[in-house]
Amino acid sequence: MSMEMEMNKLEATAAQQAAGDVAIGANIDKIYYGDFLAVRDAAVDIEKGKITGFIGPSGCGKSTVLRSLNRMNDLIPIFRLEGHVHFLGQDVYGKNVDPVVVRRHIGMVFQQPNPFSMSIFENVAFGLRLNGFKGDISGRVEKALRRAALWNEVKDKLKQNGLSLSGGQQQRLCIARAIATEPTVLLMDEPCSALDPIATRQIEELMLQLKKDYTVAIVTHNMQQAIRVADKTAFFSVDMTQGGRTGFLVEVGDTKQVFENPKENLTKEYLSGEFS
Amino acid sequence: MADKTKNAEPKVGSVSRPPTAFEYGYDKSFRILTLAAGVLTVLLLVYIFWKLGALAAPAMREYGLGFLTTVEWNPNKNEYGILAEIWGTLYSSFLALLFGGVLGISVAIFLTQGFLNARLAWVFRLIVEMLAAIPSVVYGLWGIYVLIPAIRPMANWLHETLPFIPFFSTKLAGPGMFPAMIVLSIMILPTVAAISQDAFKAIPMKIQEAAYGMGTTKWEAIRKVIIPTASGGIFASLVLGFGRALGETMALAMLIGNAQQVSLSLFSPATTLASLLASTFPEAGANQIGPLMYAAVVLLVITMAVNFIGTIIMNYTSRQTVT
Ligand SMILES: Nc1ncnc2c1ncn2[C@@H]1O[C@H](COP(=O)(O)OP(=O)(O)OP(=O)(O)O)[C@@H](O)[C@H]1O
Ligand SMILES: [Mg+2]
Repeated sequence: MSMEMEMNKLEATAAQQAAGDVAIGANIDKIYYGDFLAVRDAAVDIEKGKITGFIGPSGCGKSTVLRSLNRMNDLIPIFRLEGHVHFLGQDVYGKNVDPVVVRRHIGMVFQQPNPFSMSIFENVAFGLRLNGFKGDISGRVEKALRRAALWNEVKDKLKQNGLSLSGGQQQRLCIARAIATEPTVLLMDEPCSALDPIATRQIEELMLQLKKDYTVAIVTHNMQQAIRVADKTAFFSVDMTQGGRTGFLVEVGDTKQVFENPKENLTKEYLSGEFS
Repeated sequence: MADKTKNAEPKVGSVSRPPTAFEYGYDKSFRILTLAAGVLTVLLLVYIFWKLGALAAPAMREYGLGFLTTVEWNPNKNEYGILAEIWGTLYSSFLALLFGGVLGISVAIFLTQGFLNARLAWVFRLIVEMLAAIPSVVYGLWGIYVLIPAIRPMANWLHETLPFIPFFSTKLAGPGMFPAMIVLSIMILPTVAAISQDAFKAIPMKIQEAAYGMGTTKWEAIRKVIIPTASGGIFASLVLGFGRALGETMALAMLIGNAQQVSLSLFSPATTLASLLASTFPEAGANQIGPLMYAAVVLLVITMAVNFIGTIIMNYTSRQTVT
């Protein structure tokens, strides 16, 4: 019952938030895995209707921060966060907030394609059924598959198992599954890293299309990809001074500014390394 | 086209060399050994069928298919039929599959889906596995001295209150289908639990993440994603559990009451093929050996058929799910 209440509360504040242009306001002080301080000082706004890219060296906590935004990290028992993540006028780490509700509003696409072992149709309809959607399920499924640029390839085999598709198709199926319920924000953690260049381009195209209706945050290792798709870029780095390996946010700004005219030396060094 | 590599030499300093004659021989003898083991298994099965068939053949000719459809087993009049045994075998195994199966799958979910911390789960798993190590005759004794007295009041209350329901249409006087079914359920529980646990554990973390990422509660993730994904393994565990129940002998011979009758009632005594064989063979006269061999062949055929059909269904479904 508390879930229902939370849902209503979140929806009630949705209108207020619509006026502003920040979908998620993350103000993370510290993230621990057990005793290990994985991330510190990450304050980043995910702006509405834009794509925000997270870049930085391996292990700097990009995935950790991204997965904190919809409380996916709650699945890891030793995870602990200090700070706030504001979404629809509430702290998603607030006492009375059910992570299940947060995840229904903030969808996620993972690094490895992970369709369910069920038909293509049922994969996309999964969230609709889960949320008790009573309307035109087939219509929604088709719309999501079209937007994920997969419809033409699968329209004749919707009953086939989702796992029978190729890797790139599976990833687009996962995108369709995530957007079918029209979540407010879409998080993507290196969605193209398991894909070949052609499939990668298709997904990038798709992201640019999605931007019209969605707010997206994406982790990428590929600088070119960040330049191609991201409106805003957040650069993370690793601090090894105190013997640990703690990730932190170095700077965040418009993609053009971060790549062409970075404010911080760390960013400059990293980018010159990446592009040399 | 000319072979342009014909004058090329291996890289200087390369340690690559072909396997020695010994290494090839090793490889070959290993392959022959595994092949021999495989062939031996098949031969053994054929041999058992053949020998048993030869012993049963006279009775098969004499009693024909009527043997399978009549209930009487009367050596004095040379009347033999095993309908009650076939019924009792299938009914008791089916009931055990129903209860033991649900229980075993629940235990597997409980132990693999993060309801317990790792150490407690380990202890619990050990206990469930120990159920499989208890000898059948001990289950039988426990059934007679503990279980039957314990369930009798409830069984008789059910019979008195709801006598019109076929399952409760008789009193529980002592041994019978119900205690047999409970013990059989406990006996197949470790099989079902162990094999479906493997199926649950084989589900990659990324599938669970996908479910929770869609905003499922724990129960929704288990019901809508985890169980369907593991369904092939769960089915296999049920087939093996059913097979184990069909062949179980000692505990059933002690608990089922060995009464030749076909009844839906859970509380009336019944019998099974295995318990017929176990309890009749020791004192069987020469005229009974043939019919008993015939009954053994029937039991063997039923068990084989269950495993065979199970395997076929499993192959069919796993081809559909790819994983
Ligand atoms: N489940 C976990 N348990 C313990 N430590 C973890 C866990 N997940 C991540 N870490 C640690 O947190 C730090 C940040 O990891 P994270 O996966 O967020 O990095 P990343 O920036 O996404 O790296 P990559 O680019 O390689 O994916 C790393 O030092 C990592 O070892
Ligand atoms: Mg990562």
